[in-house]
Amino acid sequence: MSGLVLSEVRKHFGPVHAVEDVSLSVPNGTFVCMLGPSGCGKTTLLRMIAGLEEPTGGSILLDGRDITAVPTHRRELGMVFQSLALFPHLDVTGNIAYAMTIRGVGTAEKKRRVGELLEMVHMAGYGDRSVAQLSGGQRQRVAIARALAVQPKLFLLDEPLSALDAKLREAMQVELRQLQERLGITTIVVTHDQREAMTMADQVVVMGGGRIRQAASPVEIYRHPADAFVADFIGSTNLIPLAVENGTATAFGKPLPGIAAPARDGQMLSVRPEDIILAPAGEGALTGTVAFVRDLGATIETFIDIGGHRLVAASSPRDRPAVNVGDETGLSFHAGNAVVVTA
Amino acid sequence: MRRTPPKSARDYAPIVYPGIMLVVFFVIPFATMIAVSFFKRNQGAFYTPDFVLDNYARFLTAFFGGVLAFSLFLAIMVAVVCLVVGFPFTFFLVRLKRRAQILWLLSLLSVLSLSEVIIGFAWSTLLSRTAGITNLFVALGLMDRPEALLPGFGAVLTGMVYQALPYTILVLYPSLARLDWSLLEAARTMGASPVKAFFNVVVPVSRNTIVATLIMVFVFALGSYLLPQILGRPRQWTLSVLITDQAIYQSNMPFAAAMAVFLVLIALALVGLTTLIGRREAEA
Repeated sequence: MSGLVLSEVRKHFGPVHAVEDVSLSVPNGTFVCMLGPSGCGKTTLLRMIAGLEEPTGGSILLDGRDITAVPTHRRELGMVFQSLALFPHLDVTGNIAYAMTIRGVGTAEKKRRVGELLEMVHMAGYGDRSVAQLSGGQRQRVAIARALAVQPKLFLLDEPLSALDAKLREAMQVELRQLQERLGITTIVVTHDQREAMTMADQVVVMGGGRIRQAASPVEIYRHPADAFVADFIGSTNLIPLAVENGTATAFGKPLPGIAAPARDGQMLSVRPEDIILAPAGEGALTGTVAFVRDLGATIETFIDIGGHRLVAASSPRDRPAVNVGDETGLSFHAGNAVVVTA
Repeated sequence: MRRTPPKSARDYAPIVYPGIMLVVFFVIPFATMIAVSFFKRNQGAFYTPDFVLDNYARFLTAFFGGVLAFSLFLAIMVAVVCLVVGFPFTFFLVRLKRRAQILWLLSLLSVLSLSEVIIGFAWSTLLSRTAGITNLFVALGLMDRPEALLPGFGAVLTGMVYQALPYTILVLYPSLARLDWSLLEAARTMGASPVKAFFNVVVPVSRNTIVATLIMVFVFALGSYLLPQILGRPRQWTLSVLITDQAIYQSNMPFAAAMAVFLVLIALALVGLTTLIGRREAEA
């Protein structure tokens, strides 16, 4: 098939198994975010796709061709590094034109293309600047333009926005996604920021402990996390320990109607804070004590202690919960909004 | 850091010690040498204070001009060869495991502990016809019969490169160890083969280090006076050899001092020129 296909890719550094049996297929034109905590193997996986790291086992196919043994410089890819890796001895034009210089593209054509790329990243007129004169966001744009200079088949980005401040990062996320849609280029971004992944990706690949925990669309991952790790990593969630007695699911000794779960140990119920509904004391499926209320303006988070666990309920200011710290409160949720996950 | 200009004598206190050291060990000896270079030489005796330009005038002959040119050429060659050998070596050295790096650096440091005399005689044996390396080539069938590879220019160059190479590597090491490897990787993702990436990323990024290393080895090689005598013919004797000869064997201190001053001036001019070119290129 066309696109990028990883099959059973492994990478071992001595006794450390950084990446373990990763299989993934990325159709052409897809925007994929590899998401996971630091040390989950996502960067190593990206580096193997780039050819900067040699897999211990498995194979990597690009448009049906096995590129596992193809050296980096023949893989036709563009990459943005975490450090950006802009060449300090070249100006903006020199940096962007580098790949063309290597390929022996003519001067006139090079000049035209650099102008086009600068236009694309909204940096027209900056060609003569030295890299040291640019701001963080501008460097970012130059790095992106440089990676896209020769229309690569694969566009790889390793934590590309981590050096930017929060506001600029959000703006760049949207911009990057729009750019990718316009160019239709297969893009893989490594990030540890789940908001970033949700903003940009067609497909989110959640990694943990060197393995893929779940690969699906952002909404699917958010609404139907495959396991407790994914549920906890993507957004915030309440993990309620679940017990199954005589075919009925219970939590904190209370039955939970509508929840169907097999009789198994180690199961938990993942309920997003915005799906928890507060009710007057005595009503609702569960009862707890309000421990803390955090008013963030846009949302109000109520922290509720139940049987040694702390749950969070998020409500909008319009239906501000009438509770104070120390109050008993009831809480409930729609069975459809709760997902049974295993730890 | 405080940026106000120093006001009282106390503010100057931190520079008193380095100042004294510089005056005692640099300014005074150098001034003495400059003074001596203008003194008058007494045949059969030593010299008397005077102000004559004879010593410099004597220098302006084709013979000394040739020796000077050769000295500069040899020093430049040593610097270039050291860089060409040392730069790739250090580039690979910094990528080795820590233990291997320490082992290499230790063996390089041990070369520094050898005196110039020992290096000279070791190489003269190694390059000789009777016990030299050519005997090994004969045994391997690469040559018909052993040959003497000295005295000659090649032998002088080899010995001096051997002596200066550890310094070269030790100067290059910190800079290359700090090199941002992602630059090299970035070049490779953009289609540059490892060799290409080395030449159009690593080398230009390290330009300041390269210039500094060339200057250091050049100055170092300019002062070498034993190896050219042990490994070379009189034709390969450098100005430093002649200075030693005049100062120690001919007891002509004023002339030796004049040559030394001249050599320092030429070396300074060359170093200044190199730095200037380097800066001009950095701006371009």
